[in-house]
Amino acid sequence: MTSTEGKVGGANGSYTTDEIMTVAASRELEDGVVCFVGIGLPSEAANLAKATHAPGCVLVYESGTIGAKPDVLPLSIGDGVLAKRADSVVPVPEVFNYWLQAGRIDVGFLGAAQIDPFANINTTVVGPYDSPKVRLPGAGGAPEIAASAKEVIIMLRQKPRAFVEELSFVTSVGHGKGGNSREELGYAGAGPTVVITDLGVLRPDPETKELTLVALHPGATVEAAREATGWELKVADEIATTDPPIDEELEVLRDLRARTEARRKGTAG
Amino acid sequence: MAEVVELREAIAGSVKDGDSVALEGFTHLIPSAAAHEMIRQGRKDLTLIRMTPDLIYDQMIGMGCAKKLVFSWGGNPGVGSLHRFRDAVEHSWPAPLEIEEHSHAGMANRYVAGASNLPFAVMRGYVGTDLLKVTKTIAPVTCPFTGEKLMAVPTMRPDVTVIHAQQADRRGNVAIWGIVGIQKEALLSARRSIVTVEEVVEEFEPRPFQVVLPSVAVGAISVVPHGAHPSYADGYYDRDNAFYEAWDLIGRDRGRFQEWMEHHVLGTEDFAGHLQSIREEVIR
Repeated sequence: MTSTEGKVGGANGSYTTDEIMTVAASRELEDGVVCFVGIGLPSEAANLAKATHAPGCVLVYESGTIGAKPDVLPLSIGDGVLAKRADSVVPVPEVFNYWLQAGRIDVGFLGAAQIDPFANINTTVVGPYDSPKVRLPGAGGAPEIAASAKEVIIMLRQKPRAFVEELSFVTSVGHGKGGNSREELGYAGAGPTVVITDLGVLRPDPETKELTLVALHPGATVEAAREATGWELKVADEIATTDPPIDEELEVLRDLRARTEARRKGTAG
Repeated sequence: MAEVVELREAIAGSVKDGDSVALEGFTHLIPSAAAHEMIRQGRKDLTLIRMTPDLIYDQMIGMGCAKKLVFSWGGNPGVGSLHRFRDAVEHSWPAPLEIEEHSHAGMANRYVAGASNLPFAVMRGYVGTDLLKVTKTIAPVTCPFTGEKLMAVPTMRPDVTVIHAQQADRRGNVAIWGIVGIQKEALLSARRSIVTVEEVVEEFEPRPFQVVLPSVAVGAISVVPHGAHPSYADGYYDRDNAFYEAWDLIGRDRGRFQEWMEHHVLGTEDFAGHLQSIREEVIR
């Protein structure tokens, strides 16, 4: 099983490394939880979870849609499809103050441009702030999601440019400088509990809070994970292997993507 | 009391060079027509305020309308970068752009303080982030009752707020439904306001989650059908995702951007003319 062009062979036929990442992330979401969903990869994984093992989870988007049930994946965080069958639609200050800050969110589900060994996130700049090499979009809702959700799931593709030893800018706090530094900052939520990538699964060490590789997706290797990480990656003594996607997961995910693509083309122009 | 006027007149009457201007609409109901009219009228030195700058501020920044941007997320949603915004920050083109950035929660709370006539808002968050280092408008505050350390952000009082809504009624009340975003707070925090609407109706129908802004809180109303394009208006038209994708290529290149703006915005009389102009290009 080699991974050429992101394809992985498995008992259930072939699937891409992005698909196994999305499937693995979706499995982290338990049924019934209230989940604050970031756009892009997290939104896909959260909707896959809701359509498979977690029909009772409540998806909250920062545009103010609570209990969103999109039939296709939204391209933006405020697509009409999010409001259409939502349990409620509230103004933006309410979703941040009454829901997130008030502790009503069980799981925050975030993407990231860059992450460091303690799962702090940068989405602001690469290079110096005043003369950035790359100006990224900025904070959005992430700092408060990272602060106030009871726990945080992060997903992003693993590569040296994204997994960096030191961030140019800390936009959202994960485990700060490690140890109990997050607690000392006074944050209510537990912070990132898992990072899902296209290669495997990382969890913070219970003591040091440094991200540790605990599982690999089928076909991925420790060597590949190390090469894709910009610091000396900690690896657990025993590495698990992610269960390959079951047929239902792949079918639902592909169907969701196909319907999304069809809808996008349908409204184009 | 709201007054119905042509958009050209509303912008000319309410927006001056150097003003702080908030054009709000969270992905939904983005006031694109009003942004174009400010570009056509050559407004400059504006402080542009908006949670998600989106294509409208990319265009205004690229056309040299802005001296400062106050924002919380500056990307092309679902597509990638806002290239004119990036060019201004990274290379000072067409002019240096001062930036003041917050999180969404920070911006939302600033508008709430503005609408409530308070000097600042209190919130949790920002602790341990580098935003605290680069943004002067975030500062710690201690609760006088419990001693708890919290964060304060100053009020937001734009000179002018502009929003797009689905409908106004004959008396000048304004109705928005679907994702209602930050529009109510942005409107109530402003000194002056302009609302563009899809249409004027005799009376509103009841709709789930509808927000009605009473006429007394609204300045000028201008009727601009499709005035949010390429954003959408729930109940009227869908988001033009293809346009957002196409903008990535248009906005990427300075020359192509200028040519596009000259042809499709400066070269058109109004927003209806603009829509006609881009439709013709698609057909060709």
